[in-house]
Amino acid sequence: MLAWFDANTATILNGLALGAVLFLIAVGLSLVFGTMDVLNLAHGAVSLMGAYVGVAMYGAAPTTGMFFLAMAIAAAVGFAAGGVLATMVSPVRNHLRQALLTLGMALIVAELLQEVFGPEVRSVPVPEFLSSTVSLMGNPYPVYRLAMVAAGIVVAVVLYIVLERTRAGAIVRATVADRAMVEAIGIRTKVVLALVFGGGAALAAVGGLLAAPILGAQPGLDDQILLLALVIVVIGGLGSLRGALLGALVVGQVQTIGVSVVNEFASFLLFAALAAVLLFRPQGLLPARKGAHV
Amino acid sequence: MSATNTLSGLTADQPGTTKLFNTGAPRPAFRLFVAVVILLILVALPFFLAPYPLSLAGRALAFGLLVVSVDLLTGVMGMPSLGQVAYFGAGAYTAGLVGIHLSSSGLVQLLIGTLAGAALALLTGAVAVRTAGIVFLMITLAIGELAHIGVDSLSVVGASNGLAGIPPVSVLPGGEPLTVPGYLYWWVLAVFVIGFCAAVILNRSPLGRSMRGVRDGELRLRALGQNTYSVKLIAYTIAGGVAGAAGTAWVAQTQFISPGDLGFDMAAFALLSVVLGGAGSLWGPVIGAGLVIFVRDWLGGYIEGRGTLLLGVVFVIAVYVLPRGVAGIKGRSLRRKSSDS
Repeated sequence: MLAWFDANTATILNGLALGAVLFLIAVGLSLVFGTMDVLNLAHGAVSLMGAYVGVAMYGAAPTTGMFFLAMAIAAAVGFAAGGVLATMVSPVRNHLRQALLTLGMALIVAELLQEVFGPEVRSVPVPEFLSSTVSLMGNPYPVYRLAMVAAGIVVAVVLYIVLERTRAGAIVRATVADRAMVEAIGIRTKVVLALVFGGGAALAAVGGLLAAPILGAQPGLDDQILLLALVIVVIGGLGSLRGALLGALVVGQVQTIGVSVVNEFASFLLFAALAAVLLFRPQGLLPARKGAHV
Repeated sequence: MSATNTLSGLTADQPGTTKLFNTGAPRPAFRLFVAVVILLILVALPFFLAPYPLSLAGRALAFGLLVVSVDLLTGVMGMPSLGQVAYFGAGAYTAGLVGIHLSSSGLVQLLIGTLAGAALALLTGAVAVRTAGIVFLMITLAIGELAHIGVDSLSVVGASNGLAGIPPVSVLPGGEPLTVPGYLYWWVLAVFVIGFCAAVILNRSPLGRSMRGVRDGELRLRALGQNTYSVKLIAYTIAGGVAGAAGTAWVAQTQFISPGDLGFDMAAFALLSVVLGGAGSLWGPVIGAGLVIFVRDWLGGYIEGRGTLLLGVVFVIAVYVLPRGVAGIKGRSLRRKSSDS
């Protein structure tokens, strides 16, 4: 067993890195569902926008300043896209019509991206200051992937603190629990919801940018990301932060260990895992708690 | 108190069905007349259309039948599904394999393909229909994706290259193969009409009434002593059969089937066609399906493959302009008339 871990440390770490960016992407989807009761099918497209921010801004390996500037721009683009989506979707109450609207927007965004950046796979370089490798059990391992894990941990902790320990987080949770009551104490819930939608989309765009050096940027990636994010939030429990984290970690491992162990059946594993979780725990592994805690 | 509730529930069911025929719609004779006119137009299409648009019309009919099967679950029974592509694929691949190895008869392929779709639906539905709402949607998504990945990795059916070399269908075993586009289209139209009529009959049958009962108040139905699990499973199986029949029509039209034809976008477009057309009415979603194929493949051909972009625009506009789908237009204009008078 230990020998197996030794041999597969790199694979497990790869899974952690993938899980970390998938968490960034999926948590927005989950929170938007939890707060607005909207399943945003344009989430993958927003994430792909973030990846293309990298394509547009990086020439060769970006400098440190360029890297953080790109992150800020991806976040801004994502936030704006989320705000637009929130405004468009707010008069639409029916779930299926929301799906029609958000998938329609996803098609438009994906086609426009393809128009601008072309149909081929665009690779995105790793920033200079993270392009080195460290020695891990005698094998070199890229620092960038470790940085992805770190980014995932930071975002998870910050999100937890913001949602559970601050006034803003309390307002968001209250909006989930009882929208009318929050309105009654003088808070415009529409603005709260638009901010949550924008924040979730910003995280998705940044996640797309961070994942771009590994996943690349190409048309069709938005569908794959959307499917992975859906699987994650459903496995973890819709509307739950902890659920999104656990789901992302599981999916990250399934996608990497699965590929290294059973190769062609890895995608089977993903959806089989989804079906199995839904049959035995339809509410997800870590569903949103009562009283709207994350 | 509860007894009166149950009673009102019982009696409320009866006007519900008469409503289907009368309220807000012209007399049944008139509806029949409209249906016959539309059918005649569809039958006459080969005399007006060139081979390529005609093949698109055939594909639209096959896709339309798939959408009808999604609507039976989504609109009639209130259980939105992304999994009907799996049964569509079962029908299509079975028909293709039968065509290559066994018989080029379209009737035989239709029969076996429909059974294959229904059988797979029975097997998977046995677990899927235990759930509802978003969990059901996600389970059916998993079923569709597993089928998609399954045929993608199975070399017997051509894996990711798809199943090619399917001979043209003939109607009867040993009959003349339908190589003339018009005859082929008529075969696809025949399959569509059979499938659509089956869906209409199901919708008006006692089982269809129970399906609407599941949608509108499953607990009440159960309280009346109905076994809703078997209602849902039988309906799911029949819808799977309809999707399988649609798959055989698709293969008859294209003589080719690949994993891409049962991907996530096909599943999503099928579900969205239902929403676009108006869930619950069977003819609305067929128009929605026709619109999707028309915009993406026909208009898209004119503006250099921007069909998907255009489709996205249509979806977004439809959300605001057609709040009840295409099927809602008729009701709206009638309501306006009655408020004028």
